[in-house]
This record gives sequence, C-alpha cells and structure tokens, in this order.
Amino acid sequence: MAQMTMIQAITNALQTELKNDEDVLVFGEDVGQNGGVFRATEGLQEEFGEERVFDTPLAESGIIGMAVGMSTQGVRPVPEIQFFGFVFEAMDAVSGQAARFRYRSGGRWHAPITIRSPFGGGVHTPELHADSLEGLFAQQPGLKVVIPSGPYDAKGLLIQSIRDNDPVIFLEHMKLYRSFREEVPEEEYTLELGKAETKREGKDITLIAYGAMVHAALKAAEELEEENIQAEVIDLRTIAPIDVDTIIESVKKTSRAVVIQEAQRKAGIAASIVSEIQERAILHLEAPVLRVTAPDTVYPFSEAEEIWLPNHKDIVEKAKESINF
Amino acid sequence: MEEHFPMKKIMDDQGNLIDSSYANDIDEDLVKKLYYHMSRIRLFDRKAISLQRQGRIGTYPPFEGQEASQVGSALALDTDDWLFPTYRDHGAMLTFGSEMTRTFLYWNGRAEGCVPPEGKNIFPAAVPIATQIPHAVGAAWAEKRKGTKNIAIAYFGDGATSEGDFHEGLNFASVFQTPTILFNQNNGYAISVPIEKQMHSKTIAQKGLAYDIPSVRIDGNDVFAVYFETKKAVERARAGEGPSLIEAVTWRTGAHTTADDPSKYRPVGQGDNVVHPIERLENYMKNNDFWDETWIAKMEAELTQEVESALEAMEEYPPAKPEDLFDHVFTNPPSQLVEQKESYLDLIGRE
Ligand SMILES: Cc1ncc(C[n+]2csc(CCOP(=O)(O)OP(=O)(O)O)c2C)c(N)n1
Ligand SMILES: [Mg+2]
Repeated sequence: MAQMTMIQAITNALQTELKNDEDVLVFGEDVGQNGGVFRATEGLQEEFGEERVFDTPLAESGIIGMAVGMSTQGVRPVPEIQFFGFVFEAMDAVSGQAARFRYRSGGRWHAPITIRSPFGGGVHTPELHADSLEGLFAQQPGLKVVIPSGPYDAKGLLIQSIRDNDPVIFLEHMKLYRSFREEVPEEEYTLELGKAETKREGKDITLIAYGAMVHAALKAAEELEEENIQAEVIDLRTIAPIDVDTIIESVKKTSRAVVIQEAQRKAGIAASIVSEIQERAILHLEAPVLRVTAPDTVYPFSEAEEIWLPNHKDIVEKAKESINF
Repeated sequence: MEEHFPMKKIMDDQGNLIDSSYANDIDEDLVKKLYYHMSRIRLFDRKAISLQRQGRIGTYPPFEGQEASQVGSALALDTDDWLFPTYRDHGAMLTFGSEMTRTFLYWNGRAEGCVPPEGKNIFPAAVPIATQIPHAVGAAWAEKRKGTKNIAIAYFGDGATSEGDFHEGLNFASVFQTPTILFNQNNGYAISVPIEKQMHSKTIAQKGLAYDIPSVRIDGNDVFAVYFETKKAVERARAGEGPSLIEAVTWRTGAHTTADDPSKYRPVGQGDNVVHPIERLENYMKNNDFWDETWIAKMEAELTQEVESALEAMEEYPPAKPEDLFDHVFTNPPSQLVEQKESYLDLIGRE
C-alpha cells in the first residue's frame, strides 16, 4: 500500500492497464512528453513509448472520432479531453457516434473508449475551463459516466472503465487531484461500475452526492451529528448508470433525503434521483426530497466561484429543512 | 510547398531594411508609434507575470516575443473594425483600444474584464481554441451586408489550425467572400506540442490555398512586415476582394501560461537565437537616427505610470455584484431563476 493523491492513483491506473493490455492506447493534447497539463500521464510515454502514449493535434472531435475508428480493430483507446469545458468540440463524436456505435452496427462493433477529463470548479482556472457538464452525457443512452471522489476509488474505477466494453466518460474533479492522499494498493483492483458506496451510516436522513460534493456531504454529516442528526452519506461513484437500489434501501431506512450536485439545478442528475425516489418510495417519505445545487446561471468567472458553488453549509441547512418539515 | 510560401521580411535582425521598396512608407512617426505600442504591451505583460507570482492575479498567458505580430497587425486596422482575439492577444487588444484596467481584471477572474469600451468592437477573448474564426467571418459578413467598409480580424495560433472551426471558418470566408483577415501567429508550439507534431505541412500559409484565399507567410518578429502585410490584406478586404490569411512566424519567449513549465518539452537553447522584436526595431531606430534617448525616457516614465494606475484601479475596483450572475443570463429571466436569485442574495446577505 502507498499513500497517493488522486492524480497519482490515476497515473497508476493508466500504467497498470498499459502494462496489462497492449491494445490500450493513451492519447490527447499534451499527454506525451509533457505528461498532461495536470501531470496525469507523467512518465507514461517514457515507459511505454510514443506508439502507445502520444500527443495528438489540437482537435477534440478528431481525438474522439479517431478513437471510435480505432475501436473497430480491438484497440482500447483512453483519450484525454484536456479540460471538460472543451468537450463541446467533441459532442458529436461522443454522443452522436461513440455512444451509438453498438446499436447502429447491430451489435457487431462497440466502442470500448474511456474518455478521461478534468472537470468541476473551485480551483480558479481561467474562464470556460471549469464546469459540471456531466448531466449532458448521463442523459445520452450508450454512455457510462464515472466520477470518483478520491484516490482509492479513482484507481479501481478507472481500471474497470478501461476494461469495460462500452464508452465511459471518466470525470476527474480538479479540486480532488491533490487535495488529499489515501491508501491505494500498488496491485491492481477494480470497482464495479454502477455501484454506489455508503460512506457513512445514519438513520435520520440520506445525503446523496458524487465527486467533490461527497466531501461537502461528509462534512455536513459531521456538523449534523453535533445536533444529534445521524446522516447517511451515499457516494454515487457513477451517475450513469445510477445505483438506484442502494439509494432506495437507504431512503426506506431514513425516510428523508437531500440530493447534492455541484452542477446547475435544471435537468440535472439530482432531479432524476429525486424522481426515482418518489416513484419507488413515496410512502416511506416523511418530507419532500430536497436538492442542493448551483444556481441556473453560467459557470461564473473565478471571482464569484466560491459563493456560487454549493458547500457543506447549504447541505446542513437543507437537511434541517427536511428534518423540520 | 514551403518554396511557394517564402518568409517575407522587410527588415533583418540587425534592423537593416532588406526590402527598399518600403523605404518611403516608413517614417519617424510610424516607427515611434510601433515602438511605443510594443514597449507598452511588453511592460504590461511583464507586470502581469510578476503580479501572478505575487498572487495578485490568476493564471496568466504571457505573449512576450509576439509583440511585433500583435502591434503591427492591430495598428493596421481602423477604429470601426472588429477584433476577435484569443487569450494570448491582449497585446493586440490593448493596442486596438481595450482598457488596461479591464485587461488586468480579466486575468484576475473578473467578468468585467471581457467588456470593451463603448463603441469598440472587441470580442471577448476566445478560450476554446479556434471558435473565434467563424465568429470573425460572421461579423465581417454582417458588415458587408450593411454595406460598410469595416472588416474583421481573427487572431489564432498554430495549434488552432488543427481544429474544425479553423477549416470551417476559412471555407465560409472563402465561399461568402467576407472581409476577414485570418491572422495566424505561429509561435512554434501549442502548449507543449511542437508544430511538427501538430501538422505534417511545412507552412500554415499553404492551408489557405485549398480555399483559394490569398495567403502569405511573414516574419512575425519584423514589425514592418506585419504592419504592411496586414494593411494590404485590410485594403483588399475593404475593397470587396474577400478574405486573406497571414501566417506570422514568431516565438513565444516564455511559458504557455504561468502554470506551464516549458523546460519539460523545449530542448535547451531552442529560441536562443531569436532577436526580440523590440530589440530589432531598436536596431532599426539606431541605424536611422530615430533613437532619441529623451523621448524613450519620457515614454518609459509615462508607460510605467499608466500600468501602475491601471493596476491600482484594478485593485480598487468595486467587488463583483452577485446579481450580475443572474441578470446576464436572459433578456427576461424565467421565474425559477428570479426565485434562485432572491434566495441567493438572501443567503449572501446573511453571511
Ligand atoms: C477547444 C480547446 N481545446 C483545448 C484547449 C486547451 N488549450 C489552451 S491553449 C492550447 C494550445 C493552443 O496553441 P496555439 O493555437 O498554437 O496558440 P498559442 O497558445 O501558442 O498562442 C490548448 C490546447 C482549449 N483552450 N480549447
Ligand atoms: Mg502556438
């Protein structure tokens, strides 16, 4: 075991799969000699050569489009989109093409592509680099969307994503890259996609979150504890598919839930989880299921980021609103 | 293909005119104007880097080394033309009329930094690469439709020529014969990716050929070449003769941004032989008796004063209004957004 940051765990997972499977190729803008702008691919070109780890021209739609083509010949592409804010350039290649490849070829071909990309806010990037666009992809049939909340999960989920035979959008929250270390086994392991993790048990209310918001929820749970409120915290780990069973089981126990997402409010993951809960467990509920989200405005310039992003205080407040309903 | 696009130069590194046909067009006023603006933006650039290091602004992309390309091209425009810059073209923006305080604000993460002075046609800097190219074509098309003589210039880098928007923009400019200047600064790198990995073609100018767009490759560190070639393209556009592509070959002296470490990817010594474009003009001025120490000293004092007061104004700028976030989403915000705004302001009020 070693103490790793999330970025180290990601590099380690890539290294593991590059070693395991010679069909795994890692490519994108600046991922070669430079090792990626966040250093996620540091040292990989040196170790595996330019044939396996390489820089592409600056064209996102080309990067993903080419990955789809490579998939026809057994290649397992692991392209990087340098910042998820730039994924719009590749929207058709991802949602229009990769996601539908299996269906459109009558099951003959599939696209075992893992698109890695830094996303989320709170690290004061220049404008348009930070955003939470996961909902756009979670809505697309044919795509899996995986969002780890820390180093251990990042490694197990990334290895599993690469081995998965369907396209996976693997989103790495920029704030989590170096914010803490955790024990991560040196040897390989996988975590099942579509399975949530209960991070903390509690009987009074369920807090459902993913990515960086898991940590806000855990912090909120600690504060609630001081007021004798026992919050259960669920880390979704993947938002497509969603582990509805774990959520419903918990809500049946607690009868209350707050769903948290860093993304803007409308048409979001949180909204769809609220629907699942009320469709499946309405008679178990003691209060409406509430949401904590960012407001429906454009992702702000960095000056306003701090006040714009949801935080643990917002979660505590919503949890109390539910308890006092 | 390279031989079809020889690099055009008017002056050499030592500041000697090598193309005498321009001798009459270059007078003291022009030389001093070019020198003034190049010095001005360099001072801004160096100040911004040091502010970033002190934590007084955010991540910053320096343009040092590209002053001739940015100043020469921006000064070739007229007041009512349109400028579509990237994140590295605040040198051109400042020269064309952006306010320095707002330029500092932009790099300090403030939305106000995008807003040009009233009546000035400067688009917010493009951050997603190459997106500004079709925008510039559209603005030029709209000017043409109105029957004006105004043109639009799009700035972009070598890396940008790989994006679909570059090719789509060129094709649209060509099909609709819009008055657009496609101004490329080829600084040899797109972050860490050197041009020979970005493209197999030897020049960027040749990419215009496929679209039948008059294209030229120039020494982008020769401010005269930049100024006069841009002027020619501008005149052609104003005369209704359509778009032009200019490849200005230059060099980014420093890092891609303050968050980048070029020693990871640039061979030691690469670029050491590049004569700084300002030094080159200085050589020309000295060769031609335009070098006037008193004028230089006065100019430097003035510029220092300008940069310092812009910085002061940036630091004293009133804090951002949280309601701006909500008010600038739609003409008329939907009821849910109004509700969100109220609870948000309420929350901030309580904190
Ligand atoms: C669509 C898109 N993809 C990736 C990026 C990240 N990025 C920022 S600058 C840059 C390199 C641009 O190189 P070039 O066009 O040569 O311009 P330069 O930075 O050299 O001025 C990249 C990849 C981006 N801003 N937009
Ligand atoms: Mg470049």
